[in-house]
Amino acid sequence: MKRQSQGEVIKVSGPLVIAKGMRDADMFDVVEVSESRLIGEIIEMHGDEASIQVYEETAGLGPGEIVVSRGAPLSVELGPGLIGGIFDGIQRPLDTLVAMEGDHITRGAFAPALDREKEWEFTARCKPGDRVTGGDIIGVVQETEILEHRVMIPPGKAGTIVEIQSGVFKVTDVVAILETDRGAREEITLLQRWPVRIGRPYVEKMSPTAPLFTGQRPIDTFFPVAKGGTAAVPGPFGSGKTVIQHQLAKWAEADVVVYIGCGERGNEMTDVLMEFPKLPDPKTGYSLMKRTILIANTSDMPVAAREASIYTGITIAEYFRDMGYSVSLMADSTSRWAEALREMSGRLEEMPGEEGYPAYLGSRLASFYERAGIVRCLSSDDEERVGVLTAIGAVSPPGGDLSDPVAQSTLRIVQVFWSLDSDLAYRRHFPAINWLTSYSLYQTKVDAWLNDNIAPEFSKLRVDAMTLLQEESELEEIVRLIGQDALSDTDRLKLESARSLREDFLHQNSFDEIDTYTSMNKQFKMLSLVMQFYYEAQKALERGVDFDRMVGLPIRDDIARFKYVPEQEVDNWYVLRSEQLLDEMRALSD
Amino acid sequence: MAREYRTIEEVTGPLMLVRGVENVKYDELGEIELADGQIRNCKVLEVEGTDALVQLFESSIGLNVEQSTVRFLGRGLELAVSPDMLGRVFDGMGRPNDGGLDIIPDAMCDVNGLPINPAARDYPNEFIQTGVSAIDGLNTLVRGQKLPIFSGAGLPHAQLAAQIARQAEVLNSEEQFAVVFAAIGITFEEADFFISDFRRTGAIDRAVMFINLADDPAIERISTPRMALTAAEYLAFELDMHVLVLMTDITYYAEALREVSAARKEVPGRRGYPGYLYTDLASIYERAGRIKEKRGSITFVPILTMPDDDKTHPIPDLTGYITEGQVILSRDLYRRGIQPPIDVLPSLSRLKDKGIGAGKTRKDHADTMNQLFAAYSRGKEARDLQIILGEEALSEIDLEYSKFSVAFEEQYVSQGFDTDRSIEETLAIGWELLSMLPANELKRVRQEYIDEFYIWEEAEACE
Repeated sequence: MKRQSQGEVIKVSGPLVIAKGMRDADMFDVVEVSESRLIGEIIEMHGDEASIQVYEETAGLGPGEIVVSRGAPLSVELGPGLIGGIFDGIQRPLDTLVAMEGDHITRGAFAPALDREKEWEFTARCKPGDRVTGGDIIGVVQETEILEHRVMIPPGKAGTIVEIQSGVFKVTDVVAILETDRGAREEITLLQRWPVRIGRPYVEKMSPTAPLFTGQRPIDTFFPVAKGGTAAVPGPFGSGKTVIQHQLAKWAEADVVVYIGCGERGNEMTDVLMEFPKLPDPKTGYSLMKRTILIANTSDMPVAAREASIYTGITIAEYFRDMGYSVSLMADSTSRWAEALREMSGRLEEMPGEEGYPAYLGSRLASFYERAGIVRCLSSDDEERVGVLTAIGAVSPPGGDLSDPVAQSTLRIVQVFWSLDSDLAYRRHFPAINWLTSYSLYQTKVDAWLNDNIAPEFSKLRVDAMTLLQEESELEEIVRLIGQDALSDTDRLKLESARSLREDFLHQNSFDEIDTYTSMNKQFKMLSLVMQFYYEAQKALERGVDFDRMVGLPIRDDIARFKYVPEQEVDNWYVLRSEQLLDEMRALSD
Repeated sequence: MAREYRTIEEVTGPLMLVRGVENVKYDELGEIELADGQIRNCKVLEVEGTDALVQLFESSIGLNVEQSTVRFLGRGLELAVSPDMLGRVFDGMGRPNDGGLDIIPDAMCDVNGLPINPAARDYPNEFIQTGVSAIDGLNTLVRGQKLPIFSGAGLPHAQLAAQIARQAEVLNSEEQFAVVFAAIGITFEEADFFISDFRRTGAIDRAVMFINLADDPAIERISTPRMALTAAEYLAFELDMHVLVLMTDITYYAEALREVSAARKEVPGRRGYPGYLYTDLASIYERAGRIKEKRGSITFVPILTMPDDDKTHPIPDLTGYITEGQVILSRDLYRRGIQPPIDVLPSLSRLKDKGIGAGKTRKDHADTMNQLFAAYSRGKEARDLQIILGEEALSEIDLEYSKFSVAFEEQYVSQGFDTDRSIEETLAIGWELLSMLPANELKRVRQEYIDEFYIWEEAEACE
């Protein structure tokens, strides 16, 4: 056991406390400040003076109060009981705190992250005599109806199992005993700890190829994110960042979702807490809360804990990834995290970089996103276990200006960029993803997958649709200068079809029961119908059919209403409407 | 008895350095006694060894370094709260300034409050009828929401705020809102407008007012919003009242904050405002809301004037990131005589979706709202084209949209500051306007609602 060091406060300035007599403490050790035992972390050492960022309100602290180091870095508790929970930035369980302390968060409040009293049914998957190493699954706990919690040997440990049994255990109970090669005995509990600032190890990282379906049309069809990929959603306020993040948390095809509310509104977390239990997971039909973990550090909560919250979140996500699950992590918003970094940096009187942000902003952001990926999990088994961690971060640039340092540093790292546009938002075109400025670097990889699995012509349709949208923006310039009359019928058809593409396909109403989620099959059929009209109308124009008559065809209303057709009726509906489209077009030529 | 220090070393702007102190805590409240016996308040900003850096809450005029004494009170800034606060007027530091007696406190509350545990919050979803169509119909306010008004110098935000305070009610509920009003650095005339309006309508009996005028010390403004919200929290969560907090003008608050930050020589963020402006504003705005198993609620309507009508200025920008939407006033509409000049397109209420619909307002509300937005936006685009290219350049349908958008502004938005429209009236006007357009253009409205509400005669009359 490392020697614990005890010092005394000499300076208090907001969340920064400086203590002397801390020579024995290590960098990034967790410390307890004063009698109320406020949690803090050592972020700088000068001789025996330690600069400590305190994760709680420091009002009432003064020089002379004691500071005790815990001799370990900031860690999270990992084990059954995480799913469905809501935790703050340093993993205090917020629902337990309500019961303990009331409606407001008081200082020094403490409760263990995982319920110590709750009992779990553990089923052993190993037997005495088996040789195991870090990452090996020794047993499982059915944590929720849809999630089997796989209990792993903590990374770095190895040995032979001496004792293991199935049964009912609390998280701190010993479920297995290992004998290491040196003959020492190691006790394995359901609960393990991991320091948040260090990524959990894996065997190797692989390149993402399969798409992560989200049920959101502009995303899945035009700007897909791959499983294990990284994406950023920057946009000014009111452009729908949070709605997109919520939609992804709801509908993304993942086994586990970690949602980090980092310096955002309290009501947004409440919304998730109240709405998710009522929503069914499209894949399993069980409540979404049975796969969701919330990390909430709202904007009025202490700023230093906000800095820690994204690390807490991603470490939990990595833990489930290591079990071989597909985990999606949403961080809303990384800009607030960066601001917390800036505030601490300012208090430390560091030399500021751009806009007052510390010079290490870019490298911190990069190392956060780099913890995402698709990996071969640590294990000594012959069968490969693959875990996925997809990270999606919201960015809130001031005034929507993307030259902001946080936005720029993020764009350098992420592979997918969903650019939210306030003009689209004002027109109530949601999701307000600008189709001309957004991009996805996974496009080619994902295209191959879509052509193989959905329809061979998928990528062609998409490219044609994108071209149409591109042409629309050019044509609109002309219309703005010389008016609609100057356009040829071919160009007018392009404008009309692009409008249909925007309104009938890209526009998606998150608050409509049916429209909120669109399966890949329906997405393809919707896009296909919109484009069929365009192709057929082009042919009809060549035959000399009047443009205005085509625009007024009844099928166009049906195309517009396709989004409200329930999933089970889609196939039938599509066949009927495609025929109707051809019939109506043919009738025009006669 | 607290120890008194006669060791003030320096006073610069709102900051003061006291040496040789013992046992002083961060954020502790202090009292400075001037040579002539006057008492001024201050608080500890930073404490290092035996030096305390304190921030004055009041002006430093007449403060003598040699002869003034400081004592620290061992607590933070507090407000005396009691049900008797209703109907009273206080200054920016929470002292009565209506000539009445001091409040006999029911409790003393720390003005900084504590963050609300997100797990204890209840989601705001009860529709508030403000009687203003542009708000009720399109940017619906719900109980417990924080919805700021973004205005500009010279725009009638005060009239709109007073109208909301006067008319706000929750449907099918007898309960009236208590109003907490905080004036932060505004002129006497503007404050007087609110006070007279509350008097005229009798709202004054259920109002608590905190007044810091333009000629009061700027530094007091940092406390004023916290005083007001502490009073609001007491009324809402202790006395079970529904509270509407009006606050004007947040811009002056942020400027006071900048003044302190500059005096501390902190690294400035954008436009000289401190890097923690977001966090600081959040600690004010986030105090609005509802709490589970508490009957009361705090609905918060702060007003801020955007410098040079610039929405990307740090104050409106950061506010927009924290609040649940915004109501934006437009100078262009104001010039054209639209009253209230609410620019509905950039305005937004994030919580509207859970506060409207069947059982709350009416089942077609959401669809109508989306359609009005889409149609108005298209109509405005058409109007822009019309200005450049003339009427002939527009297609027939664009021309209809253009006419629609003009009628929308004149009939839907412009209702004056004295008209109180029920939600039924607002929805009816919406359908009258939508019926100017052909029914098949209404792609955002479900067919069943078109069948029920679309006015076919109106459509014929337009043709």
